[in-house]
Amino acid sequence: MAFKRLGYSDRVMVIIIYILLILLSFTALYPFWNTLVVSLNEGLDTAKGGITFWPREFTWTNYEIVFTNDRILQSFGISILRTVIGTVSAIFMTALLAYGMSKSYLMGRKFLTIFFIFTLYFGGGLVPTFLLIKSLGLMNNFLVFIIPGLISVWNMIIFRTFFKSLPNGLEESAQIDGCSNWGVFIRIVLPLSGPVIATLSLFTAISHWNDWFTPTIYITNQDLMPVQTILRRILNANLINDVIGGGDSLASEKLSKKSLTSKSLISATVMVVSLPIILVYPFVQTYFVNGVMVGSLKE
Amino acid sequence: MPQATVKEPDAKNTADYKPIHQRNAFQRWWKQIDIQLMVWPGAILIFVFAYIPMYGVLTGFMDYNIFTGARIFDNPWVGFKHFEAFFSAPQFVTIMRNTLAISLMKFFIGFPAPIILALMLNEIRGRFFKRTVQTITYLPYFMSWVIVGSMVMSLLSTENGSVNMLLQGVGAIDEPINFLSMREYFWGILVTTNVWKDIGFNSIIYLAAISGVNPSLYEAAEIDGATRFKQMYLITIPTIMPIIIIFMILQMGSLLNAGFEDILILAQNPSLRPVSDVIDTYVFRVGLQNQRYDYGVAVGLFRAVVSIVLLTMANYLARRSGNSLW
Repeated sequence: MAFKRLGYSDRVMVIIIYILLILLSFTALYPFWNTLVVSLNEGLDTAKGGITFWPREFTWTNYEIVFTNDRILQSFGISILRTVIGTVSAIFMTALLAYGMSKSYLMGRKFLTIFFIFTLYFGGGLVPTFLLIKSLGLMNNFLVFIIPGLISVWNMIIFRTFFKSLPNGLEESAQIDGCSNWGVFIRIVLPLSGPVIATLSLFTAISHWNDWFTPTIYITNQDLMPVQTILRRILNANLINDVIGGGDSLASEKLSKKSLTSKSLISATVMVVSLPIILVYPFVQTYFVNGVMVGSLKE
Repeated sequence: MPQATVKEPDAKNTADYKPIHQRNAFQRWWKQIDIQLMVWPGAILIFVFAYIPMYGVLTGFMDYNIFTGARIFDNPWVGFKHFEAFFSAPQFVTIMRNTLAISLMKFFIGFPAPIILALMLNEIRGRFFKRTVQTITYLPYFMSWVIVGSMVMSLLSTENGSVNMLLQGVGAIDEPINFLSMREYFWGILVTTNVWKDIGFNSIIYLAAISGVNPSLYEAAEIDGATRFKQMYLITIPTIMPIIIIFMILQMGSLLNAGFEDILILAQNPSLRPVSDVIDTYVFRVGLQNQRYDYGVAVGLFRAVVSIVLLTMANYLARRSGNSLW
């Protein structure tokens, strides 16, 4: 519908909507842009203030410090490791469970369905879970990032709904050709589930990458801290030297000169931590959108 | 077709062959052991990480001693002592007020916001503009609360934070305001940040519902001379009403869910506690950080029981309205 054909009141409404949407987009984008600009600005200069849309004294120094800091690099490695291992293993285990649950002849299926769904309504809560993790010896253990999250009941339901919608004939013909149920799952069902696997993997990977809370209660060993938790401690202490300076004499030397100027350094760290998501985001946006649609599927 | 592909070709001829429905339960179970083996690892994991903590809630009725470890029945039973302690604690009223106030504010502002965004996006005919706005507004949803928190702190900072600069620039204030340490601003900041983070992503579901509206309805309305606003009001909104209602009902089920990560991140200043303490953060602070495990369990259990009642009610209502989550 062309703008010219609209009546007077409609034109006013459309103009107001455009203005509101532009304002909203601006507020959504500005914090990211401002963080980027501050991270590219010289630290001492940032402290003088007034950095909004464009760097005043452009420099890569903040990123150099971040990328040469052992503490941050190590935590970055932990984050990548837990995201990759955690996502692959969780998606496989959940899909496997869902495939079994999609078989109508599975004995105990009714019981198991209630068994799983009940956990969506009721949980033991933070403290009993903490005591359990502790008694399992998962404190200060990398596996605490992986094992408790292997099964997601929500994702199981989504997978199961999808598996049920696959044509039966495919599986039957594979079985006639001598394929076992496991063979069918690995050779037929998984390859056919590409879009669902991609969508659920993305959401799982993001929740792994973004998780800063689990380590604050289960991890005290510095070497096992993922980058989000390190960042949170930097923000909390408000003195970047305390957290990342230890054990790295070069960085602490550089830092002690600029202890007042940590804002640019913090911004650089924030950018580095959010960059993986910002970079992949435009390419996988359709999957994100799919995710909402898949998630709203009913059983 | 070769003989070998037919299942159990020889068994049928032996005397003890029975059709599958006549065998006993274990035989039938053993026959599908391959499928059972797919299900049981998951079931065991859920048992360990979801059901054992449920058994752990019994410590809420005991005086728990950390040295008893997993043998929780070595601890003495104390009945509802910890529950009574919570209900009569000086913070109880504050915590309940904060929990309800924050979650209601999140509901009344955060729930309609994505619907309004979806309705506005629906009025945009330019595909490029619409897609750009969508891409930008979805982005914050995927950032962790640590990132979001750092941006909020930076924007609201008294040392040249953009918000203070803007307010000083237009002459609204003379001195920079330390927003994140003042109680009167905390709820506003919390709710705004939540809306900012989730508005785009939550609008997707409503946009999808709107795209299901029959276009001929709009054409007919246009011929009858309805303005765009009237079309929105009389066609779009009534059509997506069922989805709005179901989401609204389900939201009500999480009334005690005032937030956790967002409050931990944004309310770092302890002086904010009188307005920022909600049940979940209280359980975390007192139960875990101060190691009053039994008390923390009891408070957590109180919240879980109220939540399950609310959720069941919400789901019942949703079912009656013709939609169900499960």
